Amino acid sequence: MEVKEKKTKETKQGVLKRIAGPVVTAVNLDAHMYDVVKVGKEELMGEVIKIEGANVIIQVYEDTSGIRPGEPVSNTGLSLAVELGPGLLTSIYDGIQRPLAVLVDKMGNFIERGVSAPGLSHEKKWTFKPVAKVGQTIEPGAILGEVQETNIVHKVMLPPNAKPGKVKEIKTGDFTVDETICVLEDGREYPMIQRWPVRIPRPVKEKLNPTIPLITGQRILDGLFPIAKGGTAAIPGPFGSGKTVTQQQLAKWSDAEIVVYIGCGERGNEMTEVLTEFPHLEDPKSGKPLMERTVLIANTSNMPVAAREASVYTGITIAEYFRDMGYDVSLMADSTSRWAEAMREISSRLEEMPGEEGYPAYLAARLSEFYERAGLVTALNGAGGSVSVIGAVSPPGGDFSEPVTQNTLRIVKVFWALDAKLSQRRHFPAINWLNSYSLYLETLQSYYDKEVSPDWNKIRSWAMEVLQKEAELQEIVQLVGSDALPEAEQVTIEVARMIREIFLQQNAYDAVDTFCDMTKQYDMMKAIKTFADLSYAAQLAGVSPAQIIAVKAKGELPQIKFIKDYKPELAKIEKQMDDEFNTLRSAA
Amino acid sequence: MKEYRTISKIAGPLVFVEKTEPVAYQELVNIVLYDGTIKRGQVLDTSDDLVVVQVFETTTGIGKDSGIRFTGETIKMPVGKDMLGRILSGGGKPIDGGPEIVPEKRLDITGAAINPYARGMPADFIQTGISTIDGTNTLVRGQKLPIFSGAGLPHNNVALQIARQAKVPGSTESFAVVFAAMGITKEEANYFMQDFERTGALEHAVVFLNLADDPAVERIITPRLALTTAEYLAFELGMHVLVILTDMTNYCEALRQIGAAREEVPGRRGYPGYMYTDLACIYERAGMIKGQKGSVTQIPILTMPGDDITHPIPDLTGYITEGQIVVNRDLHRKGIYPPINVLPSLSRLMNLGIGPGKTRDDHKKVSDQMYAGYAEGNDLRGLVAIVGKDALSERDRLLLEFADLFENRFVRQGYDEDRTIEDTLNLGWELLSTLPVEQLTRIDRELINKYHPKIKAGAKKE
Repeated sequence: MEVKEKKTKETKQGVLKRIAGPVVTAVNLDAHMYDVVKVGKEELMGEVIKIEGANVIIQVYEDTSGIRPGEPVSNTGLSLAVELGPGLLTSIYDGIQRPLAVLVDKMGNFIERGVSAPGLSHEKKWTFKPVAKVGQTIEPGAILGEVQETNIVHKVMLPPNAKPGKVKEIKTGDFTVDETICVLEDGREYPMIQRWPVRIPRPVKEKLNPTIPLITGQRILDGLFPIAKGGTAAIPGPFGSGKTVTQQQLAKWSDAEIVVYIGCGERGNEMTEVLTEFPHLEDPKSGKPLMERTVLIANTSNMPVAAREASVYTGITIAEYFRDMGYDVSLMADSTSRWAEAMREISSRLEEMPGEEGYPAYLAARLSEFYERAGLVTALNGAGGSVSVIGAVSPPGGDFSEPVTQNTLRIVKVFWALDAKLSQRRHFPAINWLNSYSLYLETLQSYYDKEVSPDWNKIRSWAMEVLQKEAELQEIVQLVGSDALPEAEQVTIEVARMIREIFLQQNAYDAVDTFCDMTKQYDMMKAIKTFADLSYAAQLAGVSPAQIIAVKAKGELPQIKFIKDYKPELAKIEKQMDDEFNTLRSAA
Repeated sequence: MKEYRTISKIAGPLVFVEKTEPVAYQELVNIVLYDGTIKRGQVLDTSDDLVVVQVFETTTGIGKDSGIRFTGETIKMPVGKDMLGRILSGGGKPIDGGPEIVPEKRLDITGAAINPYARGMPADFIQTGISTIDGTNTLVRGQKLPIFSGAGLPHNNVALQIARQAKVPGSTESFAVVFAAMGITKEEANYFMQDFERTGALEHAVVFLNLADDPAVERIITPRLALTTAEYLAFELGMHVLVILTDMTNYCEALRQIGAAREEVPGRRGYPGYMYTDLACIYERAGMIKGQKGSVTQIPILTMPGDDITHPIPDLTGYITEGQIVVNRDLHRKGIYPPINVLPSLSRLMNLGIGPGKTRDDHKKVSDQMYAGYAEGNDLRGLVAIVGKDALSERDRLLLEFADLFENRFVRQGYDEDRTIEDTLNLGWELLSTLPVEQLTRIDRELINKYHPKIKAGAKKE
């Protein structure tokens, strides 16, 4: 969609007619859909969501208590937009890109209303190094220059909706985001900042098919159900099944260059945890604090519901902006159900005809529009970047048949099904290996062949087979007990237990186990496979399952998880395993 | 103040008033009856021609002749230091025969959201003396941890035991309890009051009572009054406040009642679609603020209709609160007190409040190991019912016994039994030592060598 560079225009003031919660009605207001308006004497920020005869219906991003009919409403003539430029990284915003730290300075510890704060600092000076040359013809999205923002290089670009032009002047030195750094021959001047309306995707040259996995350091994700860079995944699960911990693990350890984390209608204390933890955690690659590559958006559940609706768009627009610079961005939205509920709440205040379970009929459309903004792309300037979107879903009562889960599953390619039963058993991450799936397995196959090991794909399918087989056997065990199984199958049950307890379970709170690279994942799974092969061979040679289960080396294997330099220990265990089985076989 | 006599419609708790001057959204309204009685209400919807007022008391006696006075301000609560030790109605009026509250401040009861950036990270372990909470579902200052219960279960005793025993080991800071009852019976209220008096807790407490026969709509403001008081005590006077809200199910019923009267599109089971946001505005008023002394810790109690944890009330609550303590009917039937089922229970902030320097270095791993053992043992009970104990392998038999031991030793404790965290963890090790060491896969070697009673005893002998 084409976005015109809009100019603020004077419009006539309207008057408030009705106030009912976050939805208010104004009359005599010149307005277009999704224009941002200032409501009441306190100038609360709102957005036009419906026009009906002379009535303009507005959702207000702040609390409307105490506002009266008759108060003025003015139109800014702009759509809800975010400020993009140096200063985004390490920021913590509310749903409409107001920096929370600035809000604390302006209004204290509690969020009061009627305070506006720009998304970027307009005073801070950044050192700008030009890339574009005088006389060069530049296209939309072209890189004008660079700013060392944190350890990340922020690329200042010509806005994607600007017309091409020839560079007349380009500056070097320290500038605020508002100062002109580039002048084109036709007289147009560009500062570092650009604004982009959040509800419209930023254009790209081409969308590509993802082929590289997003490495997360989480064994069950990377090993069994990988997501590709530029892919989409959903994590649905009932409360207490570990959605938030999984999302936070992804934000911490995934090998994206930029992370955008949206806390949408979630707990205040959880956001605080993220805010306090991230500055102290190190990026495993750069060794710098994780915060330096992160943008956080925190709109907790008790903050205004309309701002919650906007928070998801704010987040993805920022993600797209970094993607256009050529970065791999991963975006976590926790939780998209709260976003859907915000839509439902606004819709019911508009007295719209409800669809399924009171959600608006456009729920599916909004969800798919959002996830479609993910992708591996060639940006307008030719750089390759990606946005991977991982959305948490909080189905009421843990029932996956509800509309938000179902509509999400129709769009996303990876499904990590959280399971309350597993979390009750403290099997973490509580991702059910039978219900989850990833549709990227095939496209990622060649990457694993090359980067991990040529037999990784084989070992992966072997592990899945064992787990599947175990599920079938468990049904029999439930009826007759495990002793009644044939001996080979008793071994299978034991091997499956090892896969579950050693490979799948991972302790997010252990300093070592919290991140597991692909090599270690491969080595661990390989060790389990070796044990399995030795066990089946021994069983054929007449060793009893009880003896196999009692093999000491097996008991040592879980310790590998907690050892950073695990290779010598693993070699020792494998050797011990060999010795023990040799003894068993010769005795049998 | 101008008085209107333009009521056009009265429906349930709602009064519709026409032709007014501009009235503010959420403004406080006084309704004057023919006999001079004044009822209070609040504006729910305001426009040029029609204002909808929600009345906090019964609408009995309100008619077209009643006068409506708009006060020009939103509902404010007078708060002061001398509130401690007082008993107030669900609407905030003293009902203990004492004088009116001398206000030091008048605060808006809606309460603004704490800026997430200004929040302090909860990290202080609260010892409740109950093993199933301290050991496996640790409560932390600034947390909101509800008790999910069912009709006829001893959730009130559990709440009282927590209120009585809760302390931060080694801390002498001043604390207070704010207790808000919504729609509970006089009998239950008496039970709480007697226990507060017995233990002398009343002098540190502020009590709000909305009883079963008090107006249902008043329940909408009771928790807000209580939390406004709590925030004042915590963030202005620097106290550590424990807020007990009981019973949130009654609050949600009142919410549904108003939604129905307003003819809103209902959400699941007739509860309004905005119930999540509404509950969040209550539960999220717990926490700490960076650089300030006080804290608000919340223990809401709710009874799950039909013991169904997927019912909208416990479901939405669980998505907002930081975990839940589930009181279980089967354990109660077995005569185990407190009948807390640890399997569906959870404390999300547990990891912030435990570990070396706070509780003990083995806390997390002991807790995980016990969970895993109990969960597996509990599953085996179903199997034993079919195949009998003899068909079990040795490993399974030990797990089964572990589950029984866990319930009888770890879960079960006295109503006045106050276990320290050391006691709780040592008890955990004692139970875990009935399992073979190789089976303790969640605990690393170092901790096993340090704490395992059998290994410790062995080491001493050598």
